[in-house]
Parts: sequence; structure tokens; C-alpha cells
Amino acid sequence: MWDWIRRPKYASTERRDIPAGLWVKCPKCGRPVYRKELERNLKVCPHCHHHHRLSGPERLALLVDEGSFVEWDAELRSLDPLGFPEYAARYEEAVERTGRYDAAICGEGTIHGVRAALAVLDFAFLGGSMGSVVGEKVARTFERASERGLPVVACSASGGARMQEGALSLMQMAKTCAAVARLHEAGLPYLSVLCDPTTGGVAASFAMLGDVHIAEPGALIGFAGPRVIEQTMHQKLPEGFQTAEFLLRHGMVDLIVPRSALKDTVARILRLLGCPVEERTSADEHAVAR
Amino acid sequence: MSTPSPGERAPSPWEIVQLARHPQRPKLDDYLAGLFTEVVELHGDRLFGDDPALFCGLARFRGEPVVVVGHRKGRETRENVERRWGMPNPEGYRKAVRVMHLAEKRGLPVVSLVDTPAAYPGIEAEERGQAEAIARSILVMSRLRTPIVVAVTGEGGSGGALGIAVGDRVLMMEYAIYSVIPPEGCAAILWRDAERREEAAAALKLTARDLLALGVVDEIIPEPPGGAHEDPVRALEAVAQALARTLDTLRREPVDELVARRYAKYRGMGQFVEVRP
Repeated sequence: MWDWIRRPKYASTERRDIPAGLWVKCPKCGRPVYRKELERNLKVCPHCHHHHRLSGPERLALLVDEGSFVEWDAELRSLDPLGFPEYAARYEEAVERTGRYDAAICGEGTIHGVRAALAVLDFAFLGGSMGSVVGEKVARTFERASERGLPVVACSASGGARMQEGALSLMQMAKTCAAVARLHEAGLPYLSVLCDPTTGGVAASFAMLGDVHIAEPGALIGFAGPRVIEQTMHQKLPEGFQTAEFLLRHGMVDLIVPRSALKDTVARILRLLGCPVEERTSADEHAVAR
Repeated sequence: MSTPSPGERAPSPWEIVQLARHPQRPKLDDYLAGLFTEVVELHGDRLFGDDPALFCGLARFRGEPVVVVGHRKGRETRENVERRWGMPNPEGYRKAVRVMHLAEKRGLPVVSLVDTPAAYPGIEAEERGQAEAIARSILVMSRLRTPIVVAVTGEGGSGGALGIAVGDRVLMMEYAIYSVIPPEGCAAILWRDAERREEAAAALKLTARDLLALGVVDEIIPEPPGGAHEDPVRALEAVAQALARTLDTLRREPVDELVARRYAKYRGMGQFVEVRP
């Protein structure tokens, strides 16, 4: 269903997070799943409903109306500002593998006819980490949305700030938070979709500042990594700690939405918050009435 | 502790990490006693509790009222246990937000003193939304309509530091550090060997000199030879002078320009290139 998202011209290899074989073993329940069936099921295990991670382009295709997405700033790339060991090589490898520069895909499109600015993090690119490029693209997205009167839908999947860009990565937290503040001041809604995983400097910046927080079932969401906490506390972490369900119980997310209902839910919330539905031209017109 | 004595070569990044963490290094309580008068501590976030790891209060600095926020390490073990070695829980950041809003309401400048290994990585911190608390504080500081001056006096530990470190001017002591991750953690991730922390300390560019060059901090506050703990009186005086000079300048700026300039400052951080496809 997401084939139509264009592959950039500079893509040299296709990214694969599912082995090439016909069958995939679900990491949660351990049962084999026919690969095509998993794809048809939006990468949700048909047995245990485990939500396998989506790539950035897959996430985008799940949300926006076909053919409506216009990407912004795809040509931004990192400069390795610290000359950090192994960073340049790892960065190149990620560019090769994903066919994209860096871990954010930003732009505008419609969601069941509602025009929105989108920022989607791709965990497949260096763990979705936020360095200068991700910070810049996210900030630009919020700024453009503020100027053009658009709501923002941000989908996070990130281990946090990018270590290899040092304190500059840390400063991207301040940069993105300031841009979120501008959107709020402009009176525009911001929906934050928290996917597996959303931790560290991304959780502790724009991802946790939405008007509405939507989490995917089972997603790991938190500030400190579970291993760090275990080492500090010298105790086993409780079952289900830092999952979407844990955050819902503790008042940190508004709702947990299964993947099959994500687009409908996002569109409904945007409409309820007064975002207009555009004249329909695309094929999924029937979905608006839902 | 391999502290270089006066007149020796400049300390290495790893030596600076040790100076920043030195147990005798001046701490928040020393700054409160030495730099401020009429200190009134304000407690509690009005939501859940009070965090002893993050100090908030009213005080006078050179005769003028200010709001002070700062990480508060202990001076000995019992205090350090109580204050979790200066690692705040969400209540700390939420208390800071509350008190900074008071500063804004009364037009008082905020002085933030940064010295923390990290935000506290604990079960309860996660239950009460550590990530949200830090994010909210960063957002509030990025738009606060009153001057904010930040001084990194010891350890600037990642998001735990940044949670109270967004300001119009960020000053950093010569042997303080400011980093996205501790060198030990970085070495463990990069080389699966925490012992290679010296290399990691150099790679992370976490010293005041490095961060001034990267535009992350605005000014370096010089320290006595061998570090602030060797001559605390002189170290505090250097901080006081830098704060006074900065506050004088910021107080004269119209608040609209101040906030716009603060936005532009953070907006401009980062290094990237736009490739022609």
C-alpha cells in the first residue's frame, strides 16, 4: 500500500527491515507469519497484534492521502560537526540503506482531506536520532505550519538525541521546543503520535508537547532507557514499564490507537479541532464520512 | 585525582571532566551564600511534591531582586542521598516552571545555575513524566518574557541540564562540562568499553572552549589555576562579575526583542548542508 511514496533519485538500495524470506518470526509471540500477510496487515502480527516497527515512508503512507504529500527539505544532510569517530561512515551507510538523508521526513499533505504539516522520524536511520538535520527539519515544519495556518502531526520513533553531534544535538531539543511554542501561540493544533520507541531527547522535547498524544499499542515511551534505570535502581523493572499502556495509566498520553485506526483517528481529531476538510479529489473520499 | 597544578599544561578533556565533578567544587549552596542576599527558598510544584535536587527561590543579587533556579548537589553523603546527587525528578522541573512564571509576572530576571549529572533515571520519575516535565520547562524558557542568564558551573548533564538551561546568555565556567551523554556511557555505546572514557571525553567536545566554538555557550568564565575548588572565593567572584555584567545588558533590552533574539539564537544552532539533488 505504500509503494507510491516516491523513492528519492539518490536511493541506491532498497531498505528492508523484514528478512527477504517468505516467512517472518514475530519477535513478540515467536510465531511465524507469512510476510505478505504481515504487510497486508500494516505490519501488525495477526496472532498477537504486536505492532512491528514501520519505516518513515511506511508511516507516512499509512497517514496521508495518496498523492497528496509534498516533501520539504529532503536535501538537508549532516556535516559531522565534531568529526566524531565512525560517524561519517555510519551516516553514509544509513543514507545508502534508507535512500534518504537523515532520520526525519517532513512536508505537507492531506489526511482524509484535512491539510496538515507532518514530521515523521525514521527509526531505521541511526535509530531515529535527532541531530542538527532532524532538529532543523522539525523546527521548519512547525514554523511553516504556523505561517500557513496548518496543524502539525508529528510521528516520533527515536532513541533520542544523536550522540555523534554532541551538545549540538542537545540544542535541537531547545530549537524544536521553541518552534512548538510558536505553533501553540498561533492557535494551531499539534498531534504527537508516539511510536516504538520514543525516548531520550526526542521524548523530552517536541514529542511530549502535543495538544493530543496518541500512542501505538505496546510502544516503548520514556525519558531514560530501561537498562539505565535498572542499573540506577538496582531492581527489576515492573512488567509493562514505559509501555504506551503504562503512560496512559499515568496520564502522559490521551489515547492508544491500533495502527488500523490511526489515520481515521488523527483525521477525526483534526476535524473536531476545527481544521477544514478540503474539496475531495482523491480516491479515498468515502472515508471522510466515517 | 590528577588535577594539574598551576603553571602546568592545559588539562585534557578527561581531566576537565574530573574537575567538573570534583567533590570540593563550589556547589549551589556556596553560590547562594556567596553571591546572593535575602534568599527565600520556594518549595513544591503544586502538583505532587517538592524536589530537593532542584533549588528555586527569590533573592537579591547585588541589591536587585532575582529568581534563582539551580541543581543542588549535596556537600556530604547524607545530603547527596537526599538530593539524589543533584539529579532532579519531574517535580523539580515543574517547580522551576512555576517559579519562572512568577519571575515573568514580576519582571524579575532568572539566574539559572547548572550542575547535574543527569535528570534522575528512576521508576517514579518515569511514572510522573520526566520527559514531559523537561520538555515543558524547555518550552517555557524558550518563550519566557523576562531575561534569563544561565551559568554552567559544574556538570551539564544532557536533558537534565538543558531542562533549566535555555537562556538569553549561557555562561560556562572554564572547567565545567556540558554534554549529550557522559563519556563513560558514550564509550560503552561506541566501543562497548566504558574504560575508553578519555577518548570519549575528547570526541564529545564537552569543554567550555569546544562549546564556545560550536556556539552552544556564549562566554567562558575563567577559573583559578587548578580549578574552582583551589580558590573558591576567586571562582565565585569571577561568576559574580560575569553575571552582573550580563544582567546589566539584558535588563536594558526591550522584552520583545529579548524573546525574539533568544528564539533566533536557538533557531540558528546546528550544522548541516543543503545538497542539490
